[in-house]
Amino acid sequence: MIKLPPDVLALVYLASAALFILGLKGLTHPSSALRGNLLAMGGMAVAIIATLLHPAVHSYGWILTGIALGAVIGTAIALRIRMTAMPQLVALLHSFVGLAAVLVAIGTFLGHEHSTRVLRAEIFAGCFIGAITFTGSLVAFGKLQALLPARPLAFRYRHLMNLLLAGTILALGVQFVLAPSLTTLVLLALGAGVLGVLLIIAIGGADMPVVVSMLNSYSGWAAAATGFTLGNPLLVITGAIVGFSGAILSYIMSRAMNRSILSIVLGGFGAAKTGETEATTVASQQGYKQAAVEDAVFLMGNAARVIIVPGYGMAVAQAQHALKELAEVLERKGVEVKFAIHPVAGRMPGHMNVLLAEADVSYDQVFEMDEINPEFASTDVALVVGANDVTNPAAKTQSSSPIYGMPILDVGKARNVLFVKRSMKPGYSGVENQLFAQDNCMLVFGDAKKVCEQMAAELKTAA
Amino acid sequence: MSEATVILYIFVLACFIGYWVVWGVTPSLHTPLIALTNAISGIIIVGALLIAGSDSEGGVEAVGFVALLLASINIFGGFVVTHRMLAMFRKNK
Repeated sequence: MIKLPPDVLALVYLASAALFILGLKGLTHPSSALRGNLLAMGGMAVAIIATLLHPAVHSYGWILTGIALGAVIGTAIALRIRMTAMPQLVALLHSFVGLAAVLVAIGTFLGHEHSTRVLRAEIFAGCFIGAITFTGSLVAFGKLQALLPARPLAFRYRHLMNLLLAGTILALGVQFVLAPSLTTLVLLALGAGVLGVLLIIAIGGADMPVVVSMLNSYSGWAAAATGFTLGNPLLVITGAIVGFSGAILSYIMSRAMNRSILSIVLGGFGAAKTGETEATTVASQQGYKQAAVEDAVFLMGNAARVIIVPGYGMAVAQAQHALKELAEVLERKGVEVKFAIHPVAGRMPGHMNVLLAEADVSYDQVFEMDEINPEFASTDVALVVGANDVTNPAAKTQSSSPIYGMPILDVGKARNVLFVKRSMKPGYSGVENQLFAQDNCMLVFGDAKKVCEQMAAELKTAA
Repeated sequence: MSEATVILYIFVLACFIGYWVVWGVTPSLHTPLIALTNAISGIIIVGALLIAGSDSEGGVEAVGFVALLLASINIFGGFVVTHRMLAMFRKNK
């Protein structure tokens, strides 16, 4: 087998890093995105092949088996996963990067009989970040997959406990740097693992867009730390870019919720589950207007412009295809239909866009909050499907509200608001939506998918 | 400049590149962005390869093999799922 000299190897890694950057650049627009992904794949292929020809790689049997096995498993999962389950998949894959970082750190330590202090500090960093990423992502996966309760599991003194634990890990880290020992390294990895669990378990379900972004960031820093350990610039570059990507997304998400990243990380937000009374009873007690599917169809059929606002409820009900069908029927009747998406709708950034794309909704029909907000005032019907807090005017008007200051979609400004709801349960924040009390708002009760299907069917027969 | 310092230079400059590139990504593609960055963070496979392929004793090689397998699942799963998602983003005419 030929071996590459160090300089050639370094140049190949440089090309690989450039391909990764160009690949991400492709995501600037949907039309160039597929090419971007292919460029990034090319970068990865080049990096792997070059590393196989690295002078330090001697045995190939296990390596090729591992890559092939991973290819089969990874591809099989990726081809089967449902688009609504994307947040879970991403969380699970982040945990793999985390664990791989821990193992590489331990493996590197075992491979160096005489390690320097700098190297051990780098190993410590890789192990620490990797372990937090690993267990934190597993907990996020559990919450998203509903294996763990979505509500924040907050207990008293947990900040103090986390702080003590972090201090202990740091102390172990210092000890490891001064006096190398596998036991210390494993202990501190275990401690960091527990810390990862405690950090994420206190964060509630609807804060998951931030958690997923944050863990994305951690997995990048873990790769960067490994790069420092191995003195490998490609890992450092890639890790830094991924780390920053996740950090920026976390920032965008927390801004869209008007909460500081710190308050989300510290967790505990999100209301306790309240008892479910019969939805229609509660609504009539409150004097909220209700609409039957027929009424809703009448309003939309006679509208010139309709804006559809999907939220997490659409994903839960798998209503994206029914919604696309409804939009199509409306368009055939000459109604202009647009989709409006709030940055934190769903369980990860951009979740709704992917679901609508899956249902074959054209991407130039889908608009971000800032683009579409001025248009609600000239819209006949705003149809809200499975979104709640992100449409609540209390965020603008009621300074005492927990969601005060959060940017919202101005659906209340539309001539009519149709709000498809499964129950009268308030949104994640636990606040009642003030929209319901508005004169122009009507509630349509039922499962999002069924309601949308009925609407489409009614509209067809009315034609 | 020591090797560690050079790497630190690279790290800091790469952070700037990451910052600019990611702000350019359109919000509608944030989910594919996460999937793609996840796939490329599988580059940690380079570290796994160096450990699994070294002539060290069985224990180290086993650790390397598991890391390699995880990174490989991550790479293939990440790229394929990103491709699936991006292929769905179409403009109807």
